[in-house]
Amino acid sequence: MIRVVLPFHLRTIARVDGEVHLRVDGPTTQRTLIDALEARYPTLRGTIRDHVTQRRRPFLRFFACEQDLSLDPPDTPLPDAVANGEEPFLVVGAVAGG
Amino acid sequence: MSGVRVLVGTRKGAFVLTSDGKRQEWDISGPHFAGWEIYHVKGSPADPNRLYASQSSGWFGQMIQRSDDGGKTWNPVGNQFVYDGVPGTHMWYDGTQHPWEFKRVWHLEPSATDPDTVLAGVEDAALFRTTDGGASWHELPALRNHESGPRWQPGAGGMCLHTIIQDAKNPDRIVIAISAAGAFRTDDGGLSWKPINRGLTSKYIPDPNAEVGHCVHRIAMHPAHPNVLYMQKHWDVMRSDNAGDSWHKVSGNLPTDFGFPIDVHAHEPETIYVVPIKSDSEHFPLEGKLRVYRSKSGGNEWEPLTNGLPQGDCYVNVLRNAMAVDSLDSCGVYFGTTGGQVYASADAGDSWAPIVRDLPAVLSVEVQSLS
Repeated sequence: MIRVVLPFHLRTIARVDGEVHLRVDGPTTQRTLIDALEARYPTLRGTIRDHVTQRRRPFLRFFACEQDLSLDPPDTPLPDAVANGEEPFLVVGAVAGG
Repeated sequence: MSGVRVLVGTRKGAFVLTSDGKRQEWDISGPHFAGWEIYHVKGSPADPNRLYASQSSGWFGQMIQRSDDGGKTWNPVGNQFVYDGVPGTHMWYDGTQHPWEFKRVWHLEPSATDPDTVLAGVEDAALFRTTDGGASWHELPALRNHESGPRWQPGAGGMCLHTIIQDAKNPDRIVIAISAAGAFRTDDGGLSWKPINRGLTSKYIPDPNAEVGHCVHRIAMHPAHPNVLYMQKHWDVMRSDNAGDSWHKVSGNLPTDFGFPIDVHAHEPETIYVVPIKSDSEHFPLEGKLRVYRSKSGGNEWEPLTNGLPQGDCYVNVLRNAMAVDSLDSCGVYFGTTGGQVYASADAGDSWAPIVRDLPAVLSVEVQSLS
């Protein structure tokens, strides 16, 4: 199972505690992972990526395996450690604001 | 036993304040959606237990929350606001053209007759509607596609559609206001719109009497007199007696006519309220004295209402959506401040007391009169 760590406000919206565990069919990419996340938690649609363009919202970043994957193309395979559940995929809100 | 439910949107969550008809003792619930900006919360006139809230965040975008039990529990509904067709461009701050981009919902206006039908005013300015309780939203594109659209320009707070007024006796008539484009009216349910800004004068724009470009802060109407509209413009308090076809200034003896909210007494259509603010450069009350001004003559003659309001060292603002009136026999008036106070008057403004003092900055106040 793929492990996803959401920021506090998205855990509240999705009504989950702790990590989210997802099954992704086929290659594990940002796109297939978020597709699976939104299918399981439809209230997250529009909160991580734009409804229409499907682009990552500007103040969110994606991290895994101590790498910033935010600028990778959405169909780039994620690290094996994410795909096999050894490491979580982190959705992180920019530290900004008041 | 009658009562009221005050719906408060703040920078960091929503609060629901309830009281009986005396409006002296209050129960406070919240924060709901803690940490999120709540631009507006409003109840359905057709079903007072049906509430809608606009929840937004610079990080996570727009959510719409719906309650079916008067605010005890909430569930997210549809949050997809997509402009109809190719959205085109409007004027940016520097005079260049800029693409229309959805940012947030400023105002939710539930239908008078159907709890599942709601209009939403959004930034960048456009009008959306749901007819399925918020599950899906569809633009009424004729407004944004008005030929003047490329000349609309954002105000300091963004290019927001912040005011929606429906004439209950004539559902095809809707008045809206946009900062900083001005006011518009449809008489055919949104199929076509016309600017209704004749008589407005704004010295800060290239043509002070332009058809569009005015920074209208808020419009109010009494439901029994739908042709009479009151407006708090950036500067100037204005009145129209012909549903906006023309306006005249009614600032009269106000100490300053800059401000944001304006509202009308529930039972006296010529009694109106504003909160004068020093200037567009200094967004706080004159002399540090928080004063609501009331006119019982539809404008021009104004009296300060100070009983119970701070009359020294008060430097809060009162934002455009942050004033409301209830419809109990003795009309209640409510407003919230950027300092987090929500003040209530159970006697039409003669005396005031804070319901709460230390909320986050208040963005919006609405009130439901409950039987």
